[in-house]
Amino acid sequence: MAQHSQAHAPLTNAPDAAGAPDEHMHHPTAATYIKVGIFLTLVTVAEVWAYYIPSFVASRLFVPSLLIMSAVKFATVVAVYMHLKYDHKLFRSLFVGPFLIAAMTLIGLMFLFGKLAVRLGILN
Amino acid sequence: MTSLETTMTSANQSMIAGGHHYTTTGLDNRKVAIWAFIGSECMLFTSLISTYLIYKGRSLVGPFPHEAWTNPQTGQAFPPILDIPVTSASTFVLLMSSLAMVLAHNAVVNKHVPKTTTGERILGSSKLWLGTTALFGLIFLMFQAYEFTSFVHEGLTIRTNLFGSSFFTLTGFHGAHVTAGVLWLLSLLAIDFKRGLVPGDALNVDLAALYWHFVDVVWIVIFTLVYLIQ
Repeated sequence: MAQHSQAHAPLTNAPDAAGAPDEHMHHPTAATYIKVGIFLTLVTVAEVWAYYIPSFVASRLFVPSLLIMSAVKFATVVAVYMHLKYDHKLFRSLFVGPFLIAAMTLIGLMFLFGKLAVRLGILN
Repeated sequence: MTSLETTMTSANQSMIAGGHHYTTTGLDNRKVAIWAFIGSECMLFTSLISTYLIYKGRSLVGPFPHEAWTNPQTGQAFPPILDIPVTSASTFVLLMSSLAMVLAHNAVVNKHVPKTTTGERILGSSKLWLGTTALFGLIFLMFQAYEFTSFVHEGLTIRTNLFGSSFFTLTGFHGAHVTAGVLWLLSLLAIDFKRGLVPGDALNVDLAALYWHFVDVVWIVIFTLVYLIQ
């Protein structure tokens, strides 16, 4: 029984556990959230602006730059607004694991059926 | 006191301190569940986005998303169907709803912190931010309803072509998730008006916030892949 008690001792609710009252101590302030909101707005404006520059749309940089901007917005919301940067590692694993599987599935399907396959000459 | 009783007492103490019952991981099961749910939703939306991308550019008849098209049988001309200014506005509204949501969570967590200035009182009003989030969610849905209606009037339905099928399925599923999120937010707002949300309710607001932010990040991807990339 002593072993049982010792085995569970480190697993009792830690200060950074979900739902713990002092959880928010590690979280950003309202000012940080507002700054992040302004940053997200500026990136969205840049995305739409890029869409309306015909020479840029025709260039090879257009698609990669849009994908990078979208990825930056995605990562910012997930890390700061969803608190994944500050939360327990288990939550990170629960999100990143399926996300990587999903991303690999998308890339795999694009290779099999999409334009990626056509460009590489795998599919006509 | 036996060691088992000691463990149970420790668990009960941590239940009181942590606001949730004892778990082997020390984490609240509800929060673990919402992250597992979000992980599964990632795969659902990836399958829908993959379908859209695979079918992109393979429609035999118009209207098309980015190119004009003339029906060879009727001679009717169709302009590019996507309305980027309208969708940009709805994207901005959804982004701002995420900001309002995180401020609502922050307000509930810091409910008992004394507010001296007007700015602190505004930032500390969970009713204001929950209401703003729900309102922005409703505005986004109205934009989507307007978009769907105008597409149907312009001749694009879910049965018209591959673009219509994959577009309406993808954005329709997203819209359904936004609708569920708005209902969740309105229920929290009703509780806030009825008895007031306190720091002990922070996790309940956090769960809704996580869902809402996920709906927002899905739209970030859809906006780029469907609307902006030609």
